[in-house]
Amino acid sequence: MMDWMPQGLWFEVCLKVFFAFMMVGAVMTMAGYSVLAERKVSAWMQGRVGPNRTVLPFVEYIPIFGPLLKKLGMFQPLADGLKFLFKEEIVPGHVNKFYYYLAPLIALVPALTTMTVLPFGQMYWNDGTVSTLALADLEVGILFVFAVSSLGVYGIALAGWSSNSKYSFLGGIRSSAQMISYELAMGLSLLPVFLWVCAPGSSESGLSLSAIANSQSGGAWLFLVQPLSALIFLIALFAETNRLPFDMPESETDLVGGFHTEYGSFKFGIFFVAEYAHIVIGSAIFTVIFLGGWHFLPFMEDPWPANWIGSLLGVGWFLAKTIFLIFFFIWIRWTLPRFRYDQVMHLGWSKLLPLALVNLIVYLLIVTVIDQNAAANL
Amino acid sequence: MPPPTFELIMAKTVVLERKPLSFSERTYLPQIATGLKTTFSNMFKPKVTLQYPEEKPVIPNNYRGVPTLVKDPNGREKCVSCQLCEFVCPPKAIRITPGSVPEDQDDREHVEKAPQEFEINMLRCIYCGYCQEVCPEEAIFLQDEYSSSGFTREEMINNKEKLYELGGTLPDRHYKWDKKKEAETDGNTH
Amino acid sequence: MNAVDLLFWLFAILSVGGGLAMIFSRHPVSAAMFMIVSLVGVAALFVLLESFFLAILQVLVYAGAVMVLFLFIIMLLDVGPEAGKRKLGHFKMGIFGVLATVLLVGTLLTLGNSFDSLALDQSIWPELSEPKDGPSQSLPFSTQVSSFGYGLMTKYMLPIQISGFMLLAAMVGVIILSKKTPGREDVN
Repeated sequence: MMDWMPQGLWFEVCLKVFFAFMMVGAVMTMAGYSVLAERKVSAWMQGRVGPNRTVLPFVEYIPIFGPLLKKLGMFQPLADGLKFLFKEEIVPGHVNKFYYYLAPLIALVPALTTMTVLPFGQMYWNDGTVSTLALADLEVGILFVFAVSSLGVYGIALAGWSSNSKYSFLGGIRSSAQMISYELAMGLSLLPVFLWVCAPGSSESGLSLSAIANSQSGGAWLFLVQPLSALIFLIALFAETNRLPFDMPESETDLVGGFHTEYGSFKFGIFFVAEYAHIVIGSAIFTVIFLGGWHFLPFMEDPWPANWIGSLLGVGWFLAKTIFLIFFFIWIRWTLPRFRYDQVMHLGWSKLLPLALVNLIVYLLIVTVIDQNAAANL
Repeated sequence: MPPPTFELIMAKTVVLERKPLSFSERTYLPQIATGLKTTFSNMFKPKVTLQYPEEKPVIPNNYRGVPTLVKDPNGREKCVSCQLCEFVCPPKAIRITPGSVPEDQDDREHVEKAPQEFEINMLRCIYCGYCQEVCPEEAIFLQDEYSSSGFTREEMINNKEKLYELGGTLPDRHYKWDKKKEAETDGNTH
Repeated sequence: MNAVDLLFWLFAILSVGGGLAMIFSRHPVSAAMFMIVSLVGVAALFVLLESFFLAILQVLVYAGAVMVLFLFIIMLLDVGPEAGKRKLGHFKMGIFGVLATVLLVGTLLTLGNSFDSLALDQSIWPELSEPKDGPSQSLPFSTQVSSFGYGLMTKYMLPIQISGFMLLAAMVGVIILSKKTPGREDVN
């Protein structure tokens, strides 16, 4: 018996672990189904049908429902995952074994860690209090997201380096350069948002994700107030998640598979899932910051009642927005061609970064003027 | 006449003046929006995919599918095992064991030979159609069968029986051996 | 020994061990990775002090940005194990050893003195409660982000400006050094 920990603490730890597993399950499921969504949406956009054959043996015979699920390919992620699990695991002889095995884990862990601070709804308790639904509603939530997601680049860089192959190496190098470049623009684009949300004299820190989401309740969504910030953040988000048009690390046409050229079976699967987990988390964060989080439409009060039904509807509405953004990611991918590497660097350093700086200065002036007026009127 | 000067040559090239891009064009955002509209509207257009095992494609005439042996409308074997196809076959997929036709077979007079065994190795065949082109008896045809599969290498070798089963009967324009027989009965042997 | 102590020892061992492993590992990439481990361990120690902001800055700036650049350069130059090894004479080695020992002992002595002069209930944090001519409310020092901001923008305004200026000078210097002058390109 471990007596150095009180019983209540153990219970709390177990509860947290349980919630954490639920959250991981939810995000991983969403990541798995975004792979399916990617395949389906790309198929529809190209006049194809997409995966429509996988089905569990007994589900097939449920009338209407079964064939519909089969047609939508709902069991495809299951089959894909099993395929990755049972494929022969090939480790090329020329790799640096330790880092080769470590890299997929380093790629996946930050993607899953960022979700700890992600608020996804509000709980209305019976006694009238409201609390945010999140694993940890950190006061510096958005900084935590930036910090942890910036660690994700090690996975790709190490994969590229340890594979000891030219294609992988180029992919890893490109990825590191791209991520460093776009992190700057991304961070700078959010500063005006914090300025706007943090009203002078407010006790609450505007770096908390839930505070940002709640500040948009009943008012304008932040992407209406700060369209330029939203645009820069979105572009940087595409670059950070390595999505087309920024998929430099694995540009198939010139680098075979990029950083994961030498990877196969489940290790490749982990990279794959990590990429989509990044997209899911990125979409959720964009929703929280710019699309009002779990609140209804701009300039409207939440129509749902302040009880558990309202909580559920809020979470559902948040999920709907997130899923739309995931769709948007896929939509962009199948619309735009890939940038050249020098174009990526040019866009990041000499277009987005100055634009984000100008945006910051303009909002700095605006906020100062509003602030001074408010002070004068007191 | 002096050779044309540089200016004269260049005068033929028309240099197009490109309009400078407007501000909205330089941000690319309207163009991206147009592209998004195009892809989105494509999602609701009818699909062009053929659901293969359930829906079969329409095979065009002159399709070069699996090579087969055919019979004439009288149900007679047309191949006389001349082995021209075996000779011409680039990947050497055809192997013929020649055999003779018994004298007393009434409907096949004048035909001296017929294949005893006729094998086409579908793992070697390249569907070039030379065998069909070279056949003097119009006995071998590349028909519309396109799906050839098996679990072992042995299964992929089509023997004579299989080839006739795949080939079936095709209309014949000549009835060469009937004509020979008629000529003989008319006392016109050559 | 409670849970926090246990975590403290875990992360302390992680950061010190990571640092030692960084010094002793022969491969530059391994060294960089151990340094990241060490930095993240220190960040975790900050979390145990409930100083989330510092912890996150530690990860964001050092582990997330600076070390990525280190790794980037190591990979670009493709430095193998032992590539940077240079033979130093015994005399030079001796001088460096003495210098390092003096530095270490000096630091330990200074630290020991400052700890002695501190009463247990006294805070080692600087006083921030004296109001300047800004907003009249005085902010007690806490680990909140706003208290960091308040401190930096009031009491530590000058140091912040100076360090910002130094960083700017360094940046401009790098740009000037790395930029090719148009007229001076080598013609081979």
